[in-house]
Amino acid sequence: MIFKDFTKEWFSNVPKDLLAGTVVALALIPEAIAFSIIAGVDPQVGLYASFCIAVVAAFVGGRPGMISAATGAMALLMITLVKEHGLQYLLAASLLTGVFQILAGWLRLGEALKFVSRSVMTGFVNALAILIFMAQLPEFHGAGWQMYAMVAGGLIIIYGLPRFTKAVPSPLVCIIVLTVIAVFTGMHLRTVGDMGQLPSTLPMFLIPQVPLTLETLWIILPYSIPLTVVGLLESLMTASIVDDLTDTDSDKNRECVGQGAANIVSSFFGGMAGCAMIGQTVINVKSGGRGRLSTFFAGAFLLVLIVVFGAWVKIIPMAALVAVMIMVSIGTFSWQSLKDIRIHPKTSSLVMIATVVVVVLTHNLAIGVAIGVLMSTISFARKAALLMRVGTSLDESGEVRTYAVEGNLFFVSATRFAKSFDFKEAVSKVIIDVSRAHFWDISSVGALDKIVLRFRRDGTEVQVVGLNEASATLIERVAIHDKAGAADNLPLH
Amino acid sequence: MKKILTCTDGSVYSRSIYDLTAWAAKHTDATVHVLHMLEAHRERAETSDLSGNIGFDSGETLLQELVALEENKNRLLREKGKLILAEAKRHLTAAGIAGVTVEQLHGELVEEVVKQEAKADLVIIGKRGESADFAKLHLGSNLERVVRASIRPVLVAARQFVPIEKFLFAYDGSPSTEKALKFLLEQPLLKEAECHILRAGKVDADAEWFLNEAAAKLKAAGYGVMTHAVAGSVETVIAETVTREHIQMLVMGAYGHSRIRQLIIGSTTTAMVRTCHVPVLMFR
Repeated sequence: MIFKDFTKEWFSNVPKDLLAGTVVALALIPEAIAFSIIAGVDPQVGLYASFCIAVVAAFVGGRPGMISAATGAMALLMITLVKEHGLQYLLAASLLTGVFQILAGWLRLGEALKFVSRSVMTGFVNALAILIFMAQLPEFHGAGWQMYAMVAGGLIIIYGLPRFTKAVPSPLVCIIVLTVIAVFTGMHLRTVGDMGQLPSTLPMFLIPQVPLTLETLWIILPYSIPLTVVGLLESLMTASIVDDLTDTDSDKNRECVGQGAANIVSSFFGGMAGCAMIGQTVINVKSGGRGRLSTFFAGAFLLVLIVVFGAWVKIIPMAALVAVMIMVSIGTFSWQSLKDIRIHPKTSSLVMIATVVVVVLTHNLAIGVAIGVLMSTISFARKAALLMRVGTSLDESGEVRTYAVEGNLFFVSATRFAKSFDFKEAVSKVIIDVSRAHFWDISSVGALDKIVLRFRRDGTEVQVVGLNEASATLIERVAIHDKAGAADNLPLH
Repeated sequence: MKKILTCTDGSVYSRSIYDLTAWAAKHTDATVHVLHMLEAHRERAETSDLSGNIGFDSGETLLQELVALEENKNRLLREKGKLILAEAKRHLTAAGIAGVTVEQLHGELVEEVVKQEAKADLVIIGKRGESADFAKLHLGSNLERVVRASIRPVLVAARQFVPIEKFLFAYDGSPSTEKALKFLLEQPLLKEAECHILRAGKVDADAEWFLNEAAAKLKAAGYGVMTHAVAGSVETVIAETVTREHIQMLVMGAYGHSRIRQLIIGSTTTAMVRTCHVPVLMFR
C-alpha cells in the first residue's frame, strides 16, 4: 500500500508536474526576493529558504501538489526580530518554529483548524493580500514617473498576455521585458542587486550563530510562537484549498510535521521560516501540477535558476518585482467576500472585517486570527444560547406546575434559564422536565441547583425528570440540590 | 463456492470475461456480482494553463473551471458504465446464469475488491483494462495491484475464451501453489478438466517426489493427471508447455517476491500473464 501511494503521489502526472514545477519555480524567484526584502534580509535568505522548504515539503509534507516556500505572512512577523537582533537570531527562531510545528503535528493539532471559521479564514487571506500590497508601497517612495510607468506596464503584460497565449508564464515575460527596457534605456531604477546579497553558490550547512542561553530563547520565543501558528494556519488552509480543487484528501497532521521539518532544514541552510503559499499553489494546480514531483521540481529548478542566472537576477528592476507582487496580492484577496458582506450574517462579516483590521493594525496575522476565533466563538455561544426555551403548564387541580425545558443549558444560557421560573406562584408541587434539554457545564447545573433549592425553601415539592445520561452524570458529580442537607448549603444571594 | 466477483470496464476483454464468468459460475453453482468502478484519477491533471498568473478570486474561479471540466466527462463515463453493466447482465443471463447482480461505484478498483471479496470466493478480472496500451504489451494497471491485494484466487481472463478441457498447474511447493493445490482438491471449478501438473526450473529427486505426491492427491480427488518435470527457465518452460499441450488455463502462484526484487529482476507472474494467451488462475 505504501509503495502504491508513493508511485501515485510522485509519478502519476510526470509531464504536467514538471511543467507546472517550472512555472512555479519562475514565479517563486520574484516572491522569494520580495519577501526577503519585507523581512529585511538579503534576497539569498529567501531564495535558499524557498529551495529548502519546497524540496523538503515535497518529500515529507501531507499534501501533494502544494507549494511551500518563503512567504509574506511569515516575513511580516520577522521584521522587528531582524531589525533588533539580526539574521542569526532569525535562523534560530526559524529552527524553533520548525520544532514547534513538528510537535503540533505529533499532538495532532492539524485537526484544530476546525475551530477557525470560514469568516476568519477569509479575513486571513484578505489581510495577507493587503499586507503584501502595502509592503510594495515603500518602493514607490521618492521614485520618479518611470517607476509608476514600469509597474503599470508590467501589470498590463501580466494580465494581458494570457489573452494571447497561455503557453508562457506572463509574470516571467513581464520580468524579462521590464529588465530589457531598464537596461537599454539606462533609466534610474532600483534593481534587485541594490537590495542585498544574492546567492552565487549552493546553500551550505550552517548552525545558527547564537549563544545557547535562556536569554536567546526569550528573544526568539515571542517570534517563534506566532510564526508557528501563522505557518500552520496558512499551510492547512492552502492544503484544504488543494483538497477542494483536486477533490482528494490530505493528511493535515503529516503536513504540520512536514512544515516543521522544512523550516528546520531551511534554518540550517541559511534560510528563513516559510509555509505553504496560497497564490503559488493555485498557480501550480492551474498549471496542471498535482503530485509531489511538481513541488520538488519547483524547488530544485529554483536552485538551478538562482545559481546559473544569479548574475542576471541582479539587474532585474524592482518595478518588475512590484508588478508581480501586486498580481499576487490581487490573486490572494477574496473579492467575492466584499460582495458577500451584504448577504452573509452580520456577525460573520463582522468577524471577517475585525480579523482584517486587527492584522492590518498589528501586522501580525496570529493576533488577527486569535481575535477572529475568539469573536466567532462568542458569537456562536450567543446563538447556541438562544436555543433554550422553558414552556409551562398547570394541572387541573391548580396545584402542580410543570416546566418543560428545551435546548442547550450552559454558561451563556444559564441566567435566562434561572429567570424562566415563577417563584411567586404558590403551588404544592413543581415538575421540571428536562428530557429535551442538555446540561453542558457547571454553570447550568448551578442554575438548576438554585432553582430547585428556592422552590424547596418555599415548601414546594420539586421533581426533576427526564435527565439524559450525560447531564445526569454531571449533576450527580457537581450538583448539591440532590444531596442531603442541600438547603443549608445554598449560597445566599 | 458461493459467489464470484467479476470486474469489468467495457474493454475488449469484456466478452471473454463474461464467458469465463459464466463458465466458472456453471461449474461451481456460484452467484455472480459484476462490479464496474468509476475511477476518477484525480492525481492526474486534466489540463494545464502555463500563464502563471492569478487574477480576481483565483482559487474560486479555478475550482469552478475544474468542476465544469470534469462534470460532463464524468457524467458520460457514468452513463457508459451503466450500459456496460447492462450488457454484462444480458450476456451472463443469456449464458444461463440466474440472479446476476451488478453494481457501479465511484472509487478505486483495488480498494473495492478488497472490501467486497470477503463475501466472494473468486475474483475475475481482465488482463488489460480500457486504458491499457496494447502496443507496449502493458498489463492492466489494476491487475497486479488486485492480485497483490486480494486474499482470494484471482482469475485473469485472456482475450478469447475457449471452454477449458485441459489446464496446466505450475507447482513448485511454495505456499501460494500449496494454496492452489488445496483449492483444486476442494473446489469443483476445474474437476471436469484434465490436469497437467508441471514442475519447472530446478528438477531433482526431491522436486519429483513432491510433484508425484501432489499428482497423487489430485488423482485421488478425481482428476485425470499428467505430470511434467522440465528443467530450464520457469517462464519458457511454462509457455512452451501451454502451447505444446494445447492448454486452456494456467493455474499458478503469483507475485511471490517483493516489489523491490521485481523492479530489478522482473516478475515471473507478469511475464506469464503476458506471454500465455490463456486465462490464468492466480493464488497468492
